Amino acid sequence: MTTTKQPIWGTTIFDGDQARKGYALNKMCMSFNDAANRAEFVRDEDAYCARYGLNPAQREAIRHRDVLELIAAGGNVYYLAKFAGIFGLDVQDIGAQQTGVSKAEFQARLLAEGR
Amino acid sequence: MAKIVGCVTTSHVPAIGRAIAKGLQQEQYWKPFFDGFAPVHRWLEKTQPDVAVIVYNDHGLNFFLDKMPTFAIGAAPEYVSADEGWNIPTVAPFKGDPALSWHVIESVIAEDFDLTTCQEMVVDHAVCNPMALLWPGGGDWPVRVVPVEINTVQYPLPSAARCFKLGEAIGRAIASYPEDLRVVVIGTGGLSHQLDGERAGFINKEFDRRFMASLTEDPAWVTKYSTLELVERCGTQGIELLLWLTARATLGSVRELAANYHVPISNTAAGMMLLEPAG
Repeated sequence: MTTTKQPIWGTTIFDGDQARKGYALNKMCMSFNDAANRAEFVRDEDAYCARYGLNPAQREAIRHRDVLELIAAGGNVYYLAKFAGIFGLDVQDIGAQQTGVSKAEFQARLLAEGR
Repeated sequence: MAKIVGCVTTSHVPAIGRAIAKGLQQEQYWKPFFDGFAPVHRWLEKTQPDVAVIVYNDHGLNFFLDKMPTFAIGAAPEYVSADEGWNIPTVAPFKGDPALSWHVIESVIAEDFDLTTCQEMVVDHAVCNPMALLWPGGGDWPVRVVPVEINTVQYPLPSAARCFKLGEAIGRAIASYPEDLRVVVIGTGGLSHQLDGERAGFINKEFDRRFMASLTEDPAWVTKYSTLELVERCGTQGIELLLWLTARATLGSVRELAANYHVPISNTAAGMMLLEPAG
């Protein structure tokens, strides 16, 4: 049984189905807590992804640095944030990417919420 | 006997740690958030707690999907922070209180809650940032800590109703501890925000304000919602209000001594409350 009975627009609930699908991808991203692993990924991305057994969709999503694609491939944002960290990207960068606006526009949207 | 002197709830997003590391507290963007803690600092100076029981969610530092406890509690003599993947400076280690941890474990498991007990535990920004907000300046922490961790990563999550009951049980556990300790209970995370999906950037001020008001007037109000109903109202990360709720439920009736609500910090509606037992 999944928990995703009532879909919420623009939202993927990270339930058992997602956790199973994304396990290898999330495990690789979890490894990026270690600076040596981040450096190793940068040095040889293909070998690093192969070591974690990413499936083709996950490998492509990593290649594209595309957060929505990574989520569709089973990625969880808490682990994906560690992947984004390799490139110095923060949650506003990935928010902008997922909503199809520039970072400045994304930030302006949030500031507007505060007014 | 031990006594809960109060409850503090606050947002914990990583950007807070970056702002502290860069000394941005008085910059225009951050000032309305950091200034909200002045009454908390005065209150902590006055009440001088010995221990902080801190209810938080791990974001992929101590726990991974290989083993994901619904509820976990630290029982370690010391807790350290560590690199979470984006090079935030680590903070001074936190001293634990294993005797109190084991008392809470005994008491809460006797009430049929199934806690995962951790004699080793690294703590992430959801512990470090609130601690640095309450006791700024770095250096040695003036309190020992007992971390209580709740899964908000992998669904199904515990319901709000279940978290409320866990908080009540932790409150009873602390109140039955024979040592004369002054305990502050801290709940971290929230309020409304969403990092993932096309809905990233979602904020719901009306719901946040209603939730904050409920913690004083009618703390079980939010337990009428299912987890998914809460995600719909406050976002995939806004669900961290479960940690506020658990912390709040350790106390009976309360009075609000201070509150702050500011939008945005990073992608988040930031909230803070300071509650004291009434009477």
